[in-house]
Amino acid sequence: MRTLALDETILLEVDKPARYIGNEVNAVMKDRHSVDVRFCMCFPDVYEIGMSHLGIQILYDMFNRRSDVWCERVYSPWTDLDRIMRRDNIPLFALESQDPVKEFDFLGITLQYEMCYTNILQVLELSQIPLEASGRGEDCPIVIGGGPCTYNPEPLADFFDMFYIGEGETVYDALIDLYKECKRQRRGRREFLLAAAALPGIYVPSLYDVTYHEDGTIASFTPNQPGVPAKIEKQIVMDLDRAPYPENPVVPFIKATQDRVVLEIQRGCIRGCRFCQAGMLYRPTRERNVDMLKKMADAMLRSTGHEEISLSSLSSSDYSQLEELVTYLIEECGKKGVNISLPSLRIDAFSLDVMSKVQDVRKSSLTFAPEAGSQRLRDVINKGLTEDVILKGAGDAFSGGWNKVKLYFMLGLPTETEEDQKEIAHLAEKIAERYYEIPKDQRNGKCQITVSTSFFVPKPFTPFQWAPMCTKDDFLGRARTVNHEIKEQLNRKSIRYHWHEADVTVLEGLLARGDRRVGAVLLEAYRRGALYDAWSETFHNELWEQALDAAGIDLAFYTSRSRSTDEILPWDFIDIGVDKAFLKREWEKAQKEQITPNCRSRCAGCGASCYKGGVCFESKN
Amino acid sequence: MKVRIKFAKCGVMKFIGHLDMMRYFQKAMRRADIDIAFTEGFSPHMIMSFALPLGVGVTSSGEYVDIEMRTPLSSAEAVRRLNSVMVEGVKVLSFRRIEEGKASKAMSLVAAADYTVSFRDGTALPKNWEDRVPEFLALKQINVLKKTKKSEKEENIRPLIYRMDASAGAVHMTVAAGSAANLKPELVMEALASFLTCEFPKHCLLIHRDELYADLGEDERTLVSLEDLGEEIGT
Repeated sequence: MRTLALDETILLEVDKPARYIGNEVNAVMKDRHSVDVRFCMCFPDVYEIGMSHLGIQILYDMFNRRSDVWCERVYSPWTDLDRIMRRDNIPLFALESQDPVKEFDFLGITLQYEMCYTNILQVLELSQIPLEASGRGEDCPIVIGGGPCTYNPEPLADFFDMFYIGEGETVYDALIDLYKECKRQRRGRREFLLAAAALPGIYVPSLYDVTYHEDGTIASFTPNQPGVPAKIEKQIVMDLDRAPYPENPVVPFIKATQDRVVLEIQRGCIRGCRFCQAGMLYRPTRERNVDMLKKMADAMLRSTGHEEISLSSLSSSDYSQLEELVTYLIEECGKKGVNISLPSLRIDAFSLDVMSKVQDVRKSSLTFAPEAGSQRLRDVINKGLTEDVILKGAGDAFSGGWNKVKLYFMLGLPTETEEDQKEIAHLAEKIAERYYEIPKDQRNGKCQITVSTSFFVPKPFTPFQWAPMCTKDDFLGRARTVNHEIKEQLNRKSIRYHWHEADVTVLEGLLARGDRRVGAVLLEAYRRGALYDAWSETFHNELWEQALDAAGIDLAFYTSRSRSTDEILPWDFIDIGVDKAFLKREWEKAQKEQITPNCRSRCAGCGASCYKGGVCFESKN
Repeated sequence: MKVRIKFAKCGVMKFIGHLDMMRYFQKAMRRADIDIAFTEGFSPHMIMSFALPLGVGVTSSGEYVDIEMRTPLSSAEAVRRLNSVMVEGVKVLSFRRIEEGKASKAMSLVAAADYTVSFRDGTALPKNWEDRVPEFLALKQINVLKKTKKSEKEENIRPLIYRMDASAGAVHMTVAAGSAANLKPELVMEALASFLTCEFPKHCLLIHRDELYADLGEDERTLVSLEDLGEEIGT
């Protein structure tokens, strides 16, 4: 039996000790002496969040298919264990072998959202790995970052040895082979990093120098070694049917956020919403074969024993074989008592029919994401959803027995006026009115409309990457406008309103579009005790305010400043296939309130066809 | 057909709480392809009930879960299938048919439990403490402070201790268990410590549940293990 890294008396002290013991169903055990490369995969948040992430399950499975690699997992210890590990000087360990992370060849950290960045520093420090890459010796693992936030890795540049820009299925084999070869030839860390920088998609920040203009903008961004590419090309899988997919995902003992089989039906999105980073990063849209998905669903349900299956994609309704897949799942899952969850479905006759079969209409709610209250602003953001469609969908749903509706909006979008903000309230009111049009004896009590607004954060590689972001006070003012307008309306008692916190949003904006100098703020905030910033109970804005002061960083320069389209942006060295000229065009069209049709209706010439596949070539096959 | 499954839980699995063990077994049933019956309604769930929750940190070789089967399966095949999908630390020991009806449910039958309590290495104990255990058991009254969510009250636990002895550095006891009266071994040990005028440091006790019993006696207590109430299912 394995020996646990933590003493039993510690495990009995901390909350949810199951986070730290490994041993889960489908966890992969290997003999550490029989492998050449040990890879520790980290999600820098608590176990229940990290275990819900599909990407890690895919890579974990892919690495462990290689007999020469053992991939294990590590998550952020919760604050209770964090304190104990610091007090007793206990090194952070991987769940499977319970060996210290520092003994591994690689520490791979997935970067899913900006507000987990302090947790990265926690994982490094508890692992007893120097925080800054420049301080790491031959005894340290190679620290590599991946995931959506690597599309602007610059605020993290000091802390990582390398970043993998793109989907993990493509270059990791070559990287591991290169590492083995370097190890065999006894070449050192620097030599490996230099060699790895030549692999497509691999960005080694220490091999690039940045200079700045007097006004603080970037003057140059150049490799400092010969043979290092000036541009890093995004790596993506063009044949999803041949890409590995985990038939045996790890099943946690404790309830994870995503406690179900996750079936990824496609990557990318054809819609082209101008605020959406994922919609640009994962172009072109690629579908998985429906027969393969059916087989995968069966295999994963069998191997995990999960009682629920969920489809995963940015916009499930756009999957061309959705009807066939859902019909199959309803039939198969019905026999086995397995529940189906269908997120990101557009509300229409088909989806209402499907949903009435898989969920209890009385208890469940329908979700719309108009994102903006007025048609004008929806055109600005290119959200191809009209008021008629929303009211028709809500009306059909009400007739079908639903009486709960959730509406998601963003506040602080480019060009947004007070009128646009008030339109959020008006749209909710119209939906309520639609409900009360149903004769009293035919409806199911009152309706419950929940309006939620988040604050808009401009993200790299979107048409809004140049847009100024609101200040905290401006955001809160907009939320008050919406709140006030809702309270003035006739059906106010049927409408509930929630808004997101503004201070954390502003910091997200800082980290999302920051350059290398922002790393100093992160380090200062962490040193002052910032950790688990994505959790409202552990987020302390004052630590970040102090850190900004100490690092001498001007928040406004990174957030509320309007950027010129000529400016060198910190992430310009990355080539995502979608070209900057397209983003500029979209930024201009946004300001003219002009919409761009989706990829299937008409190609907008974004540049992603350079990948030679997916939706760009659908009609040409 | 109603079936009783007996299993052991040891090693790192001691850190998995009761609710998570229930979830674990639901998933295990699916992996092992056990044709279990479901409740009716919009969100059907498996007909499955555990005999008595086991606290985090406690190991056991006498855990029970009752299930309802839609199609019969032999004991040998079921045990084989279930053990092929278990994690390290959980082992299915038997799979037996039990009588139909609510009265035969493990949860309502449990009347007593066997525990073995030993001490973590390095725990300082009074000299010859084992010899004093019979003295402790000879007490007519053993008062302890029983804490509930709402209040604390003093209670005499002596009637709930059915048997107790010590040997080879461990305490063995049979105590009341179940919904009618339940005595936690930790409480017995706390009382023993106070009798020995010593203190057992936090987390020094290693508690193992050995067996769960039903009481079949009319006047006098007659303990029969829950497993013995079931019978093997042949092929």
